[in-house]
Amino acid sequence: MVQKKAASRVSEDAEEELARAPLQAVLLADSFAQKFRPITLERPKVLLPLVNIPMIDYTLAWLESAGVEEVFVFCCAHSRQVIDYLNNSKWFGQPNFTIKTIESHNSVSAGDALRLIYEQNVIYEDFILISGDTLSNMSLTQALEEHKERRKKNSNAVMTMVIKKSKPSPLTHQSRLGTDELFMAIDPETKQLLYYEDKADHLKGSITLDKMLLADNPSVSLHNDKQDCYIDICSPEVLSLFTDNFDYQHLRRHFVKGLLVDDIMGYKIFTHEIYSSYAARIDNFRSYDTVSKDIIQRWTYPFVPDVQFFGNNAAKLERQGMYRSSGIVQSRSAQIGPFTVIGNGTTIGNNTKISNSVVGEGCNIGSNVAIEGSYIWHNVTIEDGCTIRHAIVCDGVIMKSGAVLEPGVVLSFKVVIGQQFVVPAYSKVSLLQQPTKQDSDEELEYADDSSGIVKIPSITCTSDKLSGKLTSELSETQRWATSEVGAGGVGFIWSVGEGGYEEELRHSVAPIPADKLAEIIQAANDDVEMSAQDGNLLPPSGELQPDSNSIGSEDNIEDMRDDYIYFEKEVEATFLRAVQENITEEHVVLEVNSLRLSYNKTSVDCASALFYSMMKLALETPHSSTSELLGNATNVIGTWQKLLKYYLPSLDEEIEVILKFEEMCLESAKEFSSIFVQVLHLLYDKDILQEDAIHNWATEKEGADESDKVFLKQSEKFIQWLNEASEEED
Amino acid sequence: MPDVHALVNDFVIKLRKRKIEGSKATAKHTSELLRSVISQQRIPHTNQAGALIDAIKEVGEQLIAANPVELAVGNIVRRVLHIIREEDLSLATAAIGGLSLSAGSDDDDDVDQDHHPVLSAAAVAAAARSTLRPPSLQALLEDLPHLTAVPHTSSSGGDSEGKSKYADKSSRSRKLKHNVIEAVNELIQDIGTCHEQIAEQAVEHIHQNEVILTLGNSRTVMEFLCAANEKKRSFRVFVAEGAPRYQGHVLAKELVARGLQTTVITDSAVFAMISRVNMVIVGAHAVMANGGVIAPVGLNMVALAAKRHAVPFVVLAGIHQLCPLYPHNPEVLLNELKSPSDLLDFGEFSDCMDFGSGVGSHLHVINPAFDYVPPKLVSLFITDTGGHNPSYMYRLIADYYSADDLVVQRRPAS
Repeated sequence: MVQKKAASRVSEDAEEELARAPLQAVLLADSFAQKFRPITLERPKVLLPLVNIPMIDYTLAWLESAGVEEVFVFCCAHSRQVIDYLNNSKWFGQPNFTIKTIESHNSVSAGDALRLIYEQNVIYEDFILISGDTLSNMSLTQALEEHKERRKKNSNAVMTMVIKKSKPSPLTHQSRLGTDELFMAIDPETKQLLYYEDKADHLKGSITLDKMLLADNPSVSLHNDKQDCYIDICSPEVLSLFTDNFDYQHLRRHFVKGLLVDDIMGYKIFTHEIYSSYAARIDNFRSYDTVSKDIIQRWTYPFVPDVQFFGNNAAKLERQGMYRSSGIVQSRSAQIGPFTVIGNGTTIGNNTKISNSVVGEGCNIGSNVAIEGSYIWHNVTIEDGCTIRHAIVCDGVIMKSGAVLEPGVVLSFKVVIGQQFVVPAYSKVSLLQQPTKQDSDEELEYADDSSGIVKIPSITCTSDKLSGKLTSELSETQRWATSEVGAGGVGFIWSVGEGGYEEELRHSVAPIPADKLAEIIQAANDDVEMSAQDGNLLPPSGELQPDSNSIGSEDNIEDMRDDYIYFEKEVEATFLRAVQENITEEHVVLEVNSLRLSYNKTSVDCASALFYSMMKLALETPHSSTSELLGNATNVIGTWQKLLKYYLPSLDEEIEVILKFEEMCLESAKEFSSIFVQVLHLLYDKDILQEDAIHNWATEKEGADESDKVFLKQSEKFIQWLNEASEEED
Repeated sequence: MPDVHALVNDFVIKLRKRKIEGSKATAKHTSELLRSVISQQRIPHTNQAGALIDAIKEVGEQLIAANPVELAVGNIVRRVLHIIREEDLSLATAAIGGLSLSAGSDDDDDVDQDHHPVLSAAAVAAAARSTLRPPSLQALLEDLPHLTAVPHTSSSGGDSEGKSKYADKSSRSRKLKHNVIEAVNELIQDIGTCHEQIAEQAVEHIHQNEVILTLGNSRTVMEFLCAANEKKRSFRVFVAEGAPRYQGHVLAKELVARGLQTTVITDSAVFAMISRVNMVIVGAHAVMANGGVIAPVGLNMVALAAKRHAVPFVVLAGIHQLCPLYPHNPEVLLNELKSPSDLLDFGEFSDCMDFGSGVGSHLHVINPAFDYVPPKLVSLFITDTGGHNPSYMYRLIADYYSADDLVVQRRPAS
């Protein structure tokens, strides 16, 4: 429809030809990440079942329904499995929907994948870039139209990014999908993306914005409650950009940020926000859990289990969100709770309780089993009396009677858990041994942050065979007698990943336990108290900016103070140089002005910094008594009064200078404290300070503490004199 | 054949993905699809009706499975099956009539072919059945021309018996197909014009200065109200907005544009307003065999309110919405839960659904599309054939559907 509209609007032949081209999509069937290990060692992530249907089917079904006509599926890890799956699926031979696979064995990142696709020269028009683990039910029509409209006006608008509102947790600073809090700056008018930061240090809670961002745009809205859906509408230039910048690996971290920083080419990225439709990418186990629940609660409609959106067996939806396929053998005494999906051909024994879980096809669940919040894939055998809470159990796993899975456990394919064995929380069990660090040294370089896949050739190619061999071999040799997973168990327990325990907590299927949450709350409270204590000069952050769209102001203020100190030093250095090298006042003004701009300061800051440097100069000039010191000060101020006056356009600045002087006398230059009045008088005489400024300062200080009034008392006589003088004049 | 196959597949996919919704649109699509299935179906010499019925059942099964909630699909499939049976019956009775007219000479030749005895047996059985239940209007109308037409063919072919029989048979096979397609065309036309048919009766039901209440938006209701308005009836309409889709707003806009005095109220205000209302007129998704109604969500509440205040609750239903099935657990099994995004903004409530750090209980949102209104709450059905009581539905169903087709499932291959 979009294409038709576009065609009717423009008459040029070329444009029409473009409009007629089918809508293409590039689907990356590899996440280039390791978050789903050890499962992904044996099966690619896109084929993992999500509510009993492989993830890639959701993506393809959406692309098809959104009007995409040609999809290039890029397979890398386990490419054979993906291609075989697609070949056997019904996706081939659909009318108006063609799938082409592109295979690669040496791509380690999305960047490599896109470079390869560019070389193949198959993309001619705007295309949808998506990874095979993304779910959506949005309509592309409007987003595409907007994108094309922008392209017509400005060919540099190369990408439109789909975003959706989703509030991050204020405690853990992660989104409900388990990803880190994302900060975005968007121009509210044009929807242009100006800033993107997904790896912000959430402990520090601050972001830094380039001030050009604010200077160049009439308005900027800063969001931390938007979720990146990882659905991009790209122009063909995107592929060539990846080729030009051969170091771009990650789509967001390198490409998006690269374009945002680079202002030479002027490429622009825009956003399209969706409101009523759903879109999410499964990045980790947490999002696997969240998205599964969203599907069960039908946010992804029509891609829900009871709709046959693809060759799946439609389940029947019963009361309280229970989906049951046909052919389930269920004991009368079994209790199946709300929001549960039970696959075809599963048997469930007596007194078994299942709630908030997904059970796959052909599973065999014994009696007195308790399953809660877990994901049981296909053909799993769970013997009597097992307990499973918030775990993922892959295909073909056998749990012997009485085994227990604690929250966050992941059992990879065909693992056997021994009788009565308790698998500790957050552990991952696989038939494959954890790859040692040396194996993957070079690749691991950006394995964590840019998530290149680490390949262990022997495992990735032949994993299925290997695991089969392993089990048969090992059952013979009884090597599992002293197994890590109980008597008769088969499998290795992997040690906790690089991110450590914290990372596991954040990204596991299990909700963060209550005591951990309490800890976080406590920590957060402590932080606030701490800042309240040491921030006696400044109010605590909460008071300053109760509307916390801008984040962590307390740190900002600290930064500002640091900034000021640096600024002051720079100004002092400039001033000293000016004194030594006899630079004219105008030049000093220029230099100070440039400093002021680069540190983003006001003229008040300049005035007080300059005054500070002058006083310091006076102090550092050798002197034996306070009167000599006063002489020095008179000299310095006398020579540079014009400079100082330049930065004192109004009373406010002058008061600031007095305050600064007062501060100096108290802290850094105590020698001045005795001649405070004299210096004040001097400044008055030289016309640097006006009478009103001193009066204002005096009235301002009136209400201060006794200790603060030391200098006020000293200067009482001077002020009195001033008053009399003015009266006389009158 | 592949052509039809592709068409069927296309429609199945559309139904599955819920791209076609609404009983009228689906009914229309289904009947058109079935028409092309019939026209492309190769007809054998023997058991022609059987072959057609099997072909329709095969397609029908797929269509019904694609979206079991969209009852109009099943209704149309059953209607078409019924049409085939009726046409076959009328042809058979005509043939019997013709045979009895053209004396016994034919009978001897027919003995070696099992075709005629089977047919006549079926005809006799049908005739026996029709003594129990009178033939439908359609059968009666169709019968007359055949009784006159068939003797002609048999008399004209009287000279060479072998040839005439062949010709007769091929003409009959063509005739059956032709007749069925004609009848399906009529059905399509009926579906197309059901709004007008229903709207024509508006003046009989809406009186001067009445207050009518309706909920949501239904094309039929709109036409009905406008038809009364055009006939210079002046009345007022209360439109309950019909959360969560707020189709009532659309209806209100339309009604005002046509010059009706319209008031929009919230769904929750229905009970408060019902005492001022003279009649409730609503549309339906489907009418079940017991006279119960599957209707847009919210209507059960309206029906209860109307019952409480003895306000007539009138349901407008096209004949394609008449379903021969009895509802079993209709609130669940004949319902469709839509996306909760109609109800609330995902982004605004995303923190209530944070499964990672929440405290165990999360926000659930349920958005059912339909309500079941039991027959005792319905005062009157207005269909394109006139007004009926809920208790009369069985009669209409007997007229439009054959009892053999209630379960659309092919016989295991024989």
